[in-house]
Parts: sequence; C-alpha cells; structure tokens
Amino acid sequence: MALEITAARPDPALLDLPWSVPLEEWPEELLAAFPRGISRHVVRFVRLSGRVLAIKEIKTELARREYEMLRNLERLDLPCVEPFAIVSGRVSQDGQPLDGCLITRHLQFSLPYRALYSQSLRAGTASRLIDALAVLLVRLHLAGFWWGDVSLSNTLFRRDAGAFAAYLVDAETGELHHELTDGQREHDLEIARVNIAGELMDLEAGGLLQEDRDPVEVSERIMTRYRELWGALTDTEIVDTGERWRVDDRIRRLNALGFDVGELAMTTDIDGSTIQIQPKVVDAGHHSRRLLRLTGIDARENQARRLLNDLDSYRAALQRQGDSEESVAFDWLREVYEPLVRSVPPELRRKLEPAEFFHELLEHRWYMSEREQRDIPLSEVKEDYLRNVLPTKPDEQAVVGVDTVEMPVIVWDD
Amino acid sequence: MATVKYDHATRIYPGSEVPAVDKLNIEIHDGEFLVVVGPSGCGKSTALRMLAGLEEVNEGRIWIGDRDVTNLSPKDRDVAMVFQNYALYPHMTVADNMGFALKIAGVPKDEIRKRVLEAAKILDLEPYLERKPKALSGGQRQRVAMGRAIVRSPQVFLMDEPLSNLDAKLRVQTRTQIASLQRRLGVTTVYVTHDQVEAMTMGDRIALLDRGILQQVASPREMYDKPANLFVAGFIGSPAMNLVALPVSEGGADFGSHKVPIEREALERAGKTVIVGVRPEDVEVRQENDGLEIEVDVVEELGADAYVYGRPVDERIVLEGSEEGGERPFIARVDGRRVPNKGDRIFVFPKAEHLHVFHKESGERLF
Repeated sequence: MALEITAARPDPALLDLPWSVPLEEWPEELLAAFPRGISRHVVRFVRLSGRVLAIKEIKTELARREYEMLRNLERLDLPCVEPFAIVSGRVSQDGQPLDGCLITRHLQFSLPYRALYSQSLRAGTASRLIDALAVLLVRLHLAGFWWGDVSLSNTLFRRDAGAFAAYLVDAETGELHHELTDGQREHDLEIARVNIAGELMDLEAGGLLQEDRDPVEVSERIMTRYRELWGALTDTEIVDTGERWRVDDRIRRLNALGFDVGELAMTTDIDGSTIQIQPKVVDAGHHSRRLLRLTGIDARENQARRLLNDLDSYRAALQRQGDSEESVAFDWLREVYEPLVRSVPPELRRKLEPAEFFHELLEHRWYMSEREQRDIPLSEVKEDYLRNVLPTKPDEQAVVGVDTVEMPVIVWDD
Repeated sequence: MATVKYDHATRIYPGSEVPAVDKLNIEIHDGEFLVVVGPSGCGKSTALRMLAGLEEVNEGRIWIGDRDVTNLSPKDRDVAMVFQNYALYPHMTVADNMGFALKIAGVPKDEIRKRVLEAAKILDLEPYLERKPKALSGGQRQRVAMGRAIVRSPQVFLMDEPLSNLDAKLRVQTRTQIASLQRRLGVTTVYVTHDQVEAMTMGDRIALLDRGILQQVASPREMYDKPANLFVAGFIGSPAMNLVALPVSEGGADFGSHKVPIEREALERAGKTVIVGVRPEDVEVRQENDGLEIEVDVVEELGADAYVYGRPVDERIVLEGSEEGGERPFIARVDGRRVPNKGDRIFVFPKAEHLHVFHKESGERLF
C-alpha cells in the first residue's frame, strides 16, 4: 500500500516526516514539545514549514471521519481546530501496516487548561473557563452537533479580554444531526459536568487548584450557564400586542450576549392580543463582526466589545458624533490602535495577541489611574506596561502539550 | 437490575416519512445479554439510543422494570452507556478514579468506598486501589474505566459497537471478556453490533433488525436453526446459507434431480415456487446424478474440512441474494480428505433434517 496524504492545501514538506516510524518513536528533534500524561491516542506536536502541527495516530477510518467532521464544523463557522491532513497507507520499515494519522494545525495563542493552571492564576479562572465552554457547547448544539466527549481537556482556550473563548479540539466522538433532541443535549451536558468535575478534582489532587471551592460545586456551573444561554437564544416569549418594543428588546439582549439574530419568528394568537416571538437563527460574533467591518481587526467577541467601547470613547472625546462611524473608526485605527500595537518590541510579540495586548493596556490604565489618582494617557501607560508587566508574562503563541489523559477504548492487553 | 420492554416503540426522524424504528416490541429479561444486530441503517443504534433517552420515542413506550421511562431524561433512567471515552486522571488514585462520579451524584463516602471495593474485586483491581493510573498496565487502566460504569450499579448497561475500532485479534479477545464480565455482574445488557459473529458468540438472545423492523428475536441457536424469514436466513451464518428458488412438484421441490420432500401443509401455502435454503455444512455431495449439478470454481482448504464454491451448471438457476454483476456462489462444506478439484462437476442436495423452506414472495418461513 502506498503512503497517501490527503489535505485541502497540501504541503510537500509533509512527505519528509518519518511516516514509517510509529509516532511514539519519532525523534525528539522533530517535536515542538515533549509528550506528558497518559493519552488515549499517541499525539505529537511537530514544527513544519514555520507552523506547529498536532499529529494524532488513529485508525485511518477514524482519522478520515474526524477530518470530515472538523471540515463540516469549519464550514458551519464553529470554533474548532483546523483540520490539515490525513495520512494513510503507512507501513513500518519491516513491512507492518501502521495506523493512519490525523493532522490539525495548532491554534496560535491557544492554551490547554492544564497549562493555565500551571501559571499563577487570577481567582475564578475555573468559572471563566466553564463559561467559555458553555458558550461553545450552546453554539455546537444550535448547529446540531452532539459532541459526546465534552471536557476541558478536549477544548483549547484563547484569552478574550479577561475572559476566554473556547475551541473544540477533539471531534472523534461527535455526530452532526439535523437538530438535537433534548435527550442528546442533556446527555452532552451530563458528560461535560462529570468530566469537568473529574478534571478539577484531579487538579486538586495534584495541588494545582488554588481555589478552595469544591470541584463538584464549580462543575455545576456548566449546567446553569448552558441553560441560561440556551434559554436566552431559543425560548419563545409571549408579549402583548401593545408592547411591541419588546421584540426589539429581545434582539438587543441577544446582541448584548454577542449574538446576531438571523431570523426571528413572530406569530399572533387568534384574537391578536399577544405576539409570540422566538429566535430561529442566531449567529455568534455580533461584536467581532462589527469590529471587523469597521476596522479590519479580527478579534474575539469580548476583545471586540472592548475595542468598540474604546472607539466610542474616542468618538465622544473628540466630539465627532456627527461623523460617520466608518471615518471615525479609520482615524482611531491609525491614531490609537496601530501605533500602540506596533510599539511592542518583536521579542515580546509571542506573549499576547495584539487585540489582547490592547485590552491589557486599557486595564493597566485603569490600575495606574487608580494608583496615581489622575488620568494617564495611553502612551504613558504603554511605556509602563512594556517595561514592567509584559516581560513577566509567559510566551503563549505556541503553547502545546499532550494533554489528554484518556484511555484506549477497550484494550485489555493482559 | 431490571427488565427492559420496548412496547411498539417507534422513532420517525423529522423530515422523514419512513420510521427509523417501526413499532419495536422486545421484552428483555432481568440479567439478560441481548445483542441487537443488523446491516447499517437498520435502526439498531437508534433503538439503543431510544432506550438511553438520546432519541425521542414518537409512538409507543419503553419500560425499565416497572418504570415507564419514555419521557425521562437520560440521567434519570439509571442506564449506563459503557465504553464511552472515559478519562483517567493522573493525580487521582485508582479508587478515586473509579468512584468520583458517585461523589458528584452525592453518594455518601462509606457507600462509595464499599461499591469501589466490590467493583475492584470483580475486576481484579483490589491490590491497586491506592495507586495512580500511571503505575498500571494498559489492560488494568481499561478495567478502571470499566469500573467507573460498574460502581454506578445501573439497571442496564448499553454498548454501541464497542469493538468496532479494534483490530480483529483484539476484537475476539475482548468480546469474550465483555461477555464473561457481564455474566459475573448479571446486569441486563443491550449490545449493538453490525457483526453477526459477535452477535452469535456474545448474546443470550439476538434481535435482528432490517429497515427499522424487527425480523426475529431468539437465541443464537434458534436463529441459526430456524430463521423466521429469508432475511434472517441470509444474514445469520458465515459463510451464508445457500438459497435457491425451485419449482414445486408433487410432495416437494426439485433440487435438480433430487426430490426435496416438503410437508403437505407447507406446500399448500407455497404457490408454484419456493425458496429452499441449505447451510454449507448441511449439503450432501454426490459424484453420480442425484441433486443439483454444480461446477466447482474455488476450493478453500481448512484442514479438517474444506469449502467448495461453485455455480449451478443450469444457468437458469441463480442463487438468491445475487446482484447484478455479482452472482452468489453455491457453497458446500466437504470432508477435508475428499475434496473435489476446481472445474469438477458435483451433485448437491440438502440433508432432509436441516432443510429451510421459505415463501417466494413474503419470504416467511414455511417449513
């Protein structure tokens, strides 16, 4: 059988990797990080043509299935790792067939939850991770995706203006349906809850959990946050015909949660005294789309919200409410955002993404102003931040780690 | 532990007119291992998920013990989907890895200890309870994961194609272990597979589905010896049963020059043609003209015996299940010391005591 590599954008350098060697035995000089932990499949991170790739050794049919699934999730615009290639037809040097490989691109500036816990943490990190996971799960469920293995380890997190944004990493158990039943959603939620509690208990047992709250109690948050958000996005609301402003109000509430309403169903009852409203199509990314349209900056939802707020303050401060939003945004970008972001010395750019750096500056301005009891211009804040804060942060552009601590699905080898 | 009852349970997917599972009726006994089997798309996984609470039941009901669970959420049903991806946590002891889900469920500490210990005894993990998973072998780790399901002591275990990702050798090994573990635990188990060999070797009984409809539910032996219809006859058994359409004549059907006797009462229901089935091991082979004449194409030597693959010399006779461009061979098992050669012509007919006769149109078993 010949080696076969399937990829949307194939990179010939893939052919140079030692496919005839079991992944577990790949030479260390190829690896971007050392494996640790117990993993269900062998996973390795490799540097290739200037990027980091995650390679998972798995049966070819499963690799193909997961690759297709990730492609589908990408097409549905859902946050997940980017599938890169499938390798099949591998044969070892002594002629034994080897399992296939699924290759995904490493998500820049993403962090596994365990990496976060090995840093010194702000209080409430677990809650913020769970909130991000709840948003991800709701978005996946709205699209008809049943995950089947929801956990912190199967998720990557990116910083998002003090909060986190979550990305699906492992779609192996997932199924895409036209629509999910309540039972399927509940089952995913139960899996999430048990896995999160287990993961937090494990951090506790390893002395890594600095919070003194009970993991079981913390894990309940996934249920409440998920249900709140699901309700806000899908519940039918009945309003009196005289209160039609409440239709707009519903849309505004959804926007505030970061969602755009693509379709809203309105029906009146027989005598016309009440209206039923129910969102039918909602799209995440309300603020990030608006920011992208105005400035071309591609940021996450909370970052975008933060940047847009700053844009609004800029407009108010210059008393330019009469000017078009676009022209103000153009000037803000040129005069405020870009000079600040460009001033980060190259050796510090691996620590934070530009939008997160900007958010941090705004935060730092607040702290400095508190301390010094005066308004401090951003240029001064920047000097202080670049000198005293940013150098102490870890490099987060390419944090990788084999992080799953799972088991082969039934292997009794003894 | 409990019985499970599907009572006219039906699942119709939104936008589809044909039910994925159509009026399913099965009663599963307490402690029984039921294997649900069928080709892909037959509704077997849907049936399992209806029991798990993952698929809605559009008509009919599902009972676990004396509880109607039709509208209960998955976690209120007291069932466990086994062999989902269980994580093992490296900093927690084996005992904690097995028992932590009970802690979430609010089970008191003493009770957790007791249940973990019981499960550890069954799984031969007692000496390792205070160790970390890293210190265990792969198989022991797997048993810890299994222990997580056992300590919950659910009423029913559900398994959906758990062996499909394993290679052939491991599959054989693991299926024996699952079956013996299930017998030791005595927990009612529903196991879904597409593999009829798995079904035959593991289940107390088998339920065979095709296009959402239950074809037969019976013990592996009965399924093999008395298939209820043509579909069951063709699905169960490897290599498959030979099925030949034959003209009915006085007192039976003509298997070439050999008269196959069929009971009068069955013949009366038959019409002009019947389908006669004979398993490869129930074929009598003759050198002289008695039976259907077959030209041998391939001989597969297995030592003690051999499989002979051939085709009827009379080209008008085509085996059932043949498709355009792919004719089904007639298969006979013969004594390994008396094997015909490729190209030989032999005569075959079914042993009278192992005969299967089916209605040509309905496919129902006549005899």
